[in-house]
Amino acid sequence: MIVPLGMTIYFSTIRYQLLYPDRSGFNGWSNYEFFVTDPAFWPAILNTLILVGSVLAITVVFGILFALLLNRPFRGRGLARVMLISPFFIMPTVNALVWKNMMMNPIYGLFAVISGALGLEPIDWLSDYPLASIVIIVSWQWIPFAFLIFLTSLQSQDQEQLEAAVLDGAGSFSRFRHFTLPHLARSIAIVILIQTIFHLAIFAEIFVTTAGGPGNQSTNLAFLIFAQALQGFDVGVASAGGVIAIILANIVAIFLIRIIGKNLAT
Amino acid sequence: MNELQKKNLSNNLLTVTAWVCACLMFFPIFWMVLTSFKTELQAIAVPPKLVFKPTLENFFLIQERTSYTRYAWSSIVTSVGGTLLAMLIAIPAAYAMAFHPGRQTKGILLWMLSTKMLPAVGVLMPVYLICQKFGLLDTKIALVVIFALINLPIIMMMLFNYFREIPGEILEAARMDGATVGREVTQIVMPLSRGGIASTVLLSIVLLWNESFWSLNLTSSDAGTLVALVASFSSPEGLFWAKVSAVSTLACAPIVVLGWLTQKQLVQGLSFGAIK
Repeated sequence: MIVPLGMTIYFSTIRYQLLYPDRSGFNGWSNYEFFVTDPAFWPAILNTLILVGSVLAITVVFGILFALLLNRPFRGRGLARVMLISPFFIMPTVNALVWKNMMMNPIYGLFAVISGALGLEPIDWLSDYPLASIVIIVSWQWIPFAFLIFLTSLQSQDQEQLEAAVLDGAGSFSRFRHFTLPHLARSIAIVILIQTIFHLAIFAEIFVTTAGGPGNQSTNLAFLIFAQALQGFDVGVASAGGVIAIILANIVAIFLIRIIGKNLAT
Repeated sequence: MNELQKKNLSNNLLTVTAWVCACLMFFPIFWMVLTSFKTELQAIAVPPKLVFKPTLENFFLIQERTSYTRYAWSSIVTSVGGTLLAMLIAIPAAYAMAFHPGRQTKGILLWMLSTKMLPAVGVLMPVYLICQKFGLLDTKIALVVIFALINLPIIMMMLFNYFREIPGEILEAARMDGATVGREVTQIVMPLSRGGIASTVLLSIVLLWNESFWSLNLTSSDAGTLVALVASFSSPEGLFWAKVSAVSTLACAPIVVLGWLTQKQLVQGLSFGAIK
């Protein structure tokens, strides 16, 4: 990994345009300047943050909810659990296509059919709310991940403590608030850190559904870099973008590494 | 209503809620599979048809028109090949780290894991250009190598954790009997952690099968994986929902089943060992 990383940093400081191979030489900070002053840059950063933030909120809330629901014995729990985690194993491109066509298509999609049946105007999800649509698609895929981690964590919770709380007359909400939630704190932190790292670089879902559009309404940082690199053929600028993406991810990774490190020691 | 009845009622309510949630989450998958057995006209019927005469036509059409098997073969070769290559490196490395730890072992492992946290797009250009220089664009070899490298950290970490569970005394006894390092690894460590190695392999295959960033950027027609085949339907012509569902069902079914089998390892592997 070191070699490509070094090359990225090197490329980010030189002139390197695949369409004009004769232009070369040291370029200093100007690739960065070009990337950062691109009118698409700040929207892309904002989109990335909205995307990561909303998906995190949705997956954590539903992950905890589903984990609580499935953490009690009932008939067919194994099957329900398998159904809940299945979306995670669906290929991102399949996931995106299924939602784009069969759910969100403004004429034949299920959402349109349902809102039609209710007498509402159907919504053209991907053109009118591109970012929200992608949030839904990505959340659907990642709720199972949060769910699995929370369920694993719930199963290691001290049951006697909870029973004692019941005897003391604590209601189910206050039990959740004072015992379960603190117990989950560590796994919530881990879910947030890991998903942030993965979602900073969401690519396939955007590639298949909106291709960053309309305009650049759903362009995130990863997609912007892709567009610069393989559509604009500008290696230098794309590399500068890559370095920025790496720095962003590293800010999160530092905290994650600390938690993992502690775990390795014990 | 007495206390017990109340409790029963709320228990039943919770169970029903759990099933509703499970069904809602699973619904898009169910719908996709259902659509794959419809004709194209039935697939876009409004209101949607729930009762219809299933047809296998789409699966045959896919086979004829897109050479599905070639893409499937690519997926199999690259995910299995990448996994095996990574195992070849990871088993000796994890052995060394687990049984002959140095002061830097933990640091090295953390460093390896941290590379997994690097956004792939950050190294897109160099990898692309390296592949181009060596004429490896759109080849399975390139994907196998990249897949092996991107999964190596997780595989290392999981094997390391499994190997550490083996008591060191057993290895010492073997050493007393004059076993070489190679025999230690192949005849003692590997058989003892058979289960761990198997689940690591499965998890790695699942992750690689669905890997999309590199497949989409480095391959097109020759080494395209199923991920790329499905993506090629994103700007289609004509009626295609039933066909795309058929392709998707075929592409996902084997790996979803494998995924169910690896639930436990998934938690450990994807949380980088932070949750076991």
